[in-house]
Amino acid sequence: MVEDRTLGGRIFAAVNFTLLALIALITVLPFIHVVAGSFTTSAELAANKFVLIPKVWSFEAYEFIFSTNTIFRALGVSIGVTLIGTAFSMFITALMAYALARRDLDGRNVVNFLVVFTMLFHGGMIPTFLVVKELGLINSYWALILPSAISAFNMIILKNFFQNIPDGLEESAKIDGCNDFGILFRIVLPLSLPSIATISLFYAVTYWNTYMSAILYLDDSAKWPIQVLLRQIVVLASGMDYSSTLDAAVPPPDQTIKMAVIVVATLPILMVYPFLQKHFAKGALLGSMKG
Amino acid sequence: MQEATAQPGIVPQPKARKRKRNGELKKRLWRNKLLYIMLIPGVLYFLVFKYFPMYGLIISFQDYKPYQGILGSEWVGMEQFKRLFTEPDFLNILVNTLILFGMNIIFYFPVPIILALMLNELRGSFFKRTFQTLVYLPHFMSWVIVVSITFVMVTMDGGIINELLTFFGFEKVNFLLNPTWFRPLYIIQVIWREAGWGTIIYLAAIAAVDPGLYEAARMDGAGRLRQVWHITLPAIRSVIITLLILKIGSVLDLGFEHVYLMLNSMNREVAEIIDTYVYTAGMQQGQFSYSTAIGFFKSLVGLVMVMTVNRLSKKMGEEGVY
Repeated sequence: MVEDRTLGGRIFAAVNFTLLALIALITVLPFIHVVAGSFTTSAELAANKFVLIPKVWSFEAYEFIFSTNTIFRALGVSIGVTLIGTAFSMFITALMAYALARRDLDGRNVVNFLVVFTMLFHGGMIPTFLVVKELGLINSYWALILPSAISAFNMIILKNFFQNIPDGLEESAKIDGCNDFGILFRIVLPLSLPSIATISLFYAVTYWNTYMSAILYLDDSAKWPIQVLLRQIVVLASGMDYSSTLDAAVPPPDQTIKMAVIVVATLPILMVYPFLQKHFAKGALLGSMKG
Repeated sequence: MQEATAQPGIVPQPKARKRKRNGELKKRLWRNKLLYIMLIPGVLYFLVFKYFPMYGLIISFQDYKPYQGILGSEWVGMEQFKRLFTEPDFLNILVNTLILFGMNIIFYFPVPIILALMLNELRGSFFKRTFQTLVYLPHFMSWVIVVSITFVMVTMDGGIINELLTFFGFEKVNFLLNPTWFRPLYIIQVIWREAGWGTIIYLAAIAAVDPGLYEAARMDGAGRLRQVWHITLPAIRSVIITLLILKIGSVLDLGFEHVYLMLNSMNREVAEIIDTYVYTAGMQQGQFSYSTAIGFFKSLVGLVMVMTVNRLSKKMGEEGVY
């Protein structure tokens, strides 16, 4: 579009810019506050509440939370579930998406419908819990992976993407004696790396953020992922229902400690986010195309 | 499968043709056997974790006892549903759910549209990209993180919001335990987490608008606001309607995790919604059949809503979701 150089146009642009800058600021301020608070002492935070850049730097909150192995264990669980879960989900999602992307497959419409229908109607929490229980998955890490192994949304995005790969490539591979697995792994997947990366990231973020499956299916607190631990430390200790989980004699943790745990639970996402933000947006758009 | 082909010179009989097609089908099925093998894990997943639970919904017509299983439990017909509609608790929960839904439509839904329109008016791709990077970020935070950040900010002992209130001479507010603050906090969290990410789809629709239209409008003396009103908005109308349908379809689906994390014994009267109630009644009190009935009711309402709104929008000449 051409720049609007009238006075009205300029005022409009200035107001618009200022408002957007304010909105961006409001969006990130809470993060900055939490990160800054986690790197200072509780005395400094108590004296100077509005820290965005701490005057006194300190790692005491991190030293405290890493002094026991509780948080290491929770991080270990989350990392493990994220890596294994993402690989597993990606594998079976890609297989299903590729098969359904092939127009010569009889019955693909039925399977497609069955998948889409689950997006509109579902059995709900209790029946799903009973299935997980019947399968003997309670207190198993697989309970964090299997019940949400395929996201119908992600599968459809990937299927649409595979459909856009020209058929000619597959045909020629077939003539060269490639079977369907060969075509998928040697031709289709290498051609789809950007969308594979996008969907993997969607899965990875979901697994890292797993909370509900953990409280539904894991009774054993030693198996908790980081999100559940974070909730224990921050939410339950903030003047709500203390008695149920925390010993009344133990005072609630300091603000700085809570902030440090929030940072630790957010860090992996914050680290990958700047590099992958563009892909995320693209993935969301792929998903919005009708299929 | 050659035997199915008709003899030369004779028109194939319908039966023979059918047999021929069957033969072709068999051939295709055999040729695609590897594709069917690829489908197995996925189909198994959907059957076990999506369709078994749907079958499990029949326990809402039973008095399900875990040790008796689905087959051994007593059938009680519509008893659980009758209880649902006579229990005063349920009415309150339904109202809470609907209020949060209404707030979502009124306060959240327009925000990404407005943001996208504003963003589209921004000159300079550097600022645009920076801005997008910043406002997409919260979408990737779990609800635990969003709620945790809220907690450390609004807590009575040392939270920055309450410190600011004292600084400006106001009294401290117990945001977390005070029922009047639950709904505002809820919707602020939703907007903070989702509004930026929600712009993506609108921005894509806006990008597809023909620049010539703006050119022509400017020739006719239309200012920026009028261009937005007469060109950009109509161009993204069908996207808005599609997203609105999807939103309405999830009318009772407000996010278990989010509300559950904000819920406590003090704000339960306003914060208990259908999803959290299913958890409380089912997982904590062991009323499996009753809470399944509630969940069933919720899923059905969602399905009916999507279908109704979809039909309505088609009648009004819009595309609809399916």
